[in-house]
Amino acid sequence: MALDRWIALILLGVCLAYGYAAWFTMDGNLAPFMKRNPIWPSTFPKVLSVFGIVATLFILLGFEKGTLKVADIDYRRLTEYHLGQALLLLALMVAYALCLRTLGFIPSTSAFLILGSFILGERKWLVLIPVALIATVFVWYLVQEVLGIYMRPLPGFFGG
Amino acid sequence: MLEGLLIGLTTALSFQNLAMVVAGCLIGTFIGMLPGLGPMSIIAIMIPVAISMGDPSAALILLAGVYYGAIFGGSTSSILLNAPGVAGTVASSFDGYPMARQGKAGKALTIAAIASFAGGTIGALLLMIFAPALSSVALLFHSAEYFALMVVGLSAIAAFAGTGQVAKAMIMTILGLIMATVGEGALFNLPRFTMGVMDLQSGFGFITLAMAMFALPEALFLVLKPKKLEGDDDEIKDLRITGAEAKAIAPVIGRQSLQGFFIGVLPGAGATIASFLGYAVERNIAPKAEQEEFGKGSIKGLAAPETANNAACTGSFVPLLTLGIPGSGTTAILLGALIALNVSPGPRLMIDEPQIFWAVIMSMFIGNLVLLILNLPLIPYIAKVLAVPRNYLIPFILFFTLMGAYIGQNNATELLLLVGFGICATALKFADYPLAPLLIGFILGGMMEDNFARSMQLYDGISFIWERPMTLGLLVIAAILVVLPSFRARRVEAQAVDSPGRSGASET
Repeated sequence: MALDRWIALILLGVCLAYGYAAWFTMDGNLAPFMKRNPIWPSTFPKVLSVFGIVATLFILLGFEKGTLKVADIDYRRLTEYHLGQALLLLALMVAYALCLRTLGFIPSTSAFLILGSFILGERKWLVLIPVALIATVFVWYLVQEVLGIYMRPLPGFFGG
Repeated sequence: MLEGLLIGLTTALSFQNLAMVVAGCLIGTFIGMLPGLGPMSIIAIMIPVAISMGDPSAALILLAGVYYGAIFGGSTSSILLNAPGVAGTVASSFDGYPMARQGKAGKALTIAAIASFAGGTIGALLLMIFAPALSSVALLFHSAEYFALMVVGLSAIAAFAGTGQVAKAMIMTILGLIMATVGEGALFNLPRFTMGVMDLQSGFGFITLAMAMFALPEALFLVLKPKKLEGDDDEIKDLRITGAEAKAIAPVIGRQSLQGFFIGVLPGAGATIASFLGYAVERNIAPKAEQEEFGKGSIKGLAAPETANNAACTGSFVPLLTLGIPGSGTTAILLGALIALNVSPGPRLMIDEPQIFWAVIMSMFIGNLVLLILNLPLIPYIAKVLAVPRNYLIPFILFFTLMGAYIGQNNATELLLLVGFGICATALKFADYPLAPLLIGFILGGMMEDNFARSMQLYDGISFIWERPMTLGLLVIAAILVVLPSFRARRVEAQAVDSPGRSGASET
């Protein structure tokens, strides 16, 4: 089964779960006065779930025949591309999300930029580290001072 | 209209807004030039900056400038590298790149800049004429018509998605609408589909979703398959074009400005279709001798898509500004930004906030002029951005993507959602599912449910569908739009099956 059909199958599952929640779980706790309204919080989701199920079945059952265009990157030959780098960068993004609050903006962002370039193969540390540090401080200044959005610059235990 | 123009001019010509146009055009050109980064990603990245300014006029002017700049930047990489940064400029590479190979890169860039300027300016003039007229018609609409109009818009986006893509675009639209129902909506004040997760109470962040749908997959594609980014800027020397060349492209520009604008107005059609269609039309109507030139460095072949895509970009503002309905992913992102700034685009925008409406139109003229007189001489220098090593560029793109989502919601959970949605969006991109309909559905979802609920309450049920002829008419159009492409595809398929049979019969 082609990838588009697998995805349609997953989306069918999503629509079924969404539909189940809309049709069978949402109306129980509705206040009596709301039940007299012609529209309930579940009305629109109920309509969407039906349309969603029909549209996914359309692809799953092959009613619409389209040739699966091979994009710039053929997913069947993913290992031939820089898959390791992409996965490591995604992991780095997750680590950044988890560390941003605790480590503060400046250490986490500089580490993100340095490690990101390192993962992609950059080894010129004398260029890499100053570029990352200058960019981090510049962006922090821009966000904090110009845009007025508070970003803790350093870890909490440094008083940041 | 004159009063509106003056209001627009006063607002657009303030120092801050002029600076926004120039900054937007320059940023857009810089980033739009990088292959793989389209205007949607650039605008999504710029949204937190625009929103934090607090002034809707300045924000929209900045984002519109970025949009134009990105399209112009995309043309530059199409011409110099044969690597379009934006789908709407693919057709520009057909003749632009051969011209660059013949040592006429400067001439090609000038033609692209003039054609873009003319397309954008004529488009803005048409917008000035048609938007107020459409707004006054739209003022007659009630909730039921608005709901039906949104259904038409979403169906048209699916219908224009291409052969074999209608169901996929429909699924993506419905998924966007489903995602819009998550959280505590204004309509019922009840949390829906939050699964008890506190961070989902306010629903999914629009910027997070925009970043995840466009910026992150594009950056991941750049990581997976590096593109050649070295520009050969030695070739950009003579930027002049001759009088004969100007005379040759003038009618092309005139025709394609009109055609591109009206294609841009249609939901879902947009700059890509306008540029390809513009190219095809000009090739077909050209004299036989000139037809041979197309694809080998024809100036008409370059002027046509460049004019059409810019006019279409301007045309796509018509449904956004007059009906509050975005016709493309980019205008959907702009709509999201406006909603975040407490501005509701629609027919009342012209009446309630004329300074925003007219300032945007005026900024289009100024933006096009800035692109022509500022960016064109700077292109040889801006092209140097293509030489920034990938090892530095990609971490910065990823970082700005993360920052956009974080600043938009000020919540670290958004970053995890961004990565999760980004992975899903990349998988969807592999399977050729269009991502723009999802975002359009997500942004329109709240408004659509709101209008649906109001109509239901007014008519005590769904009788508004048949009791209001315009609503019924619009919904019938929506149904036709969805059914027609598959019906036509089936007919073509049946004809294809029939004809070999017939030829086989004649042989026997």
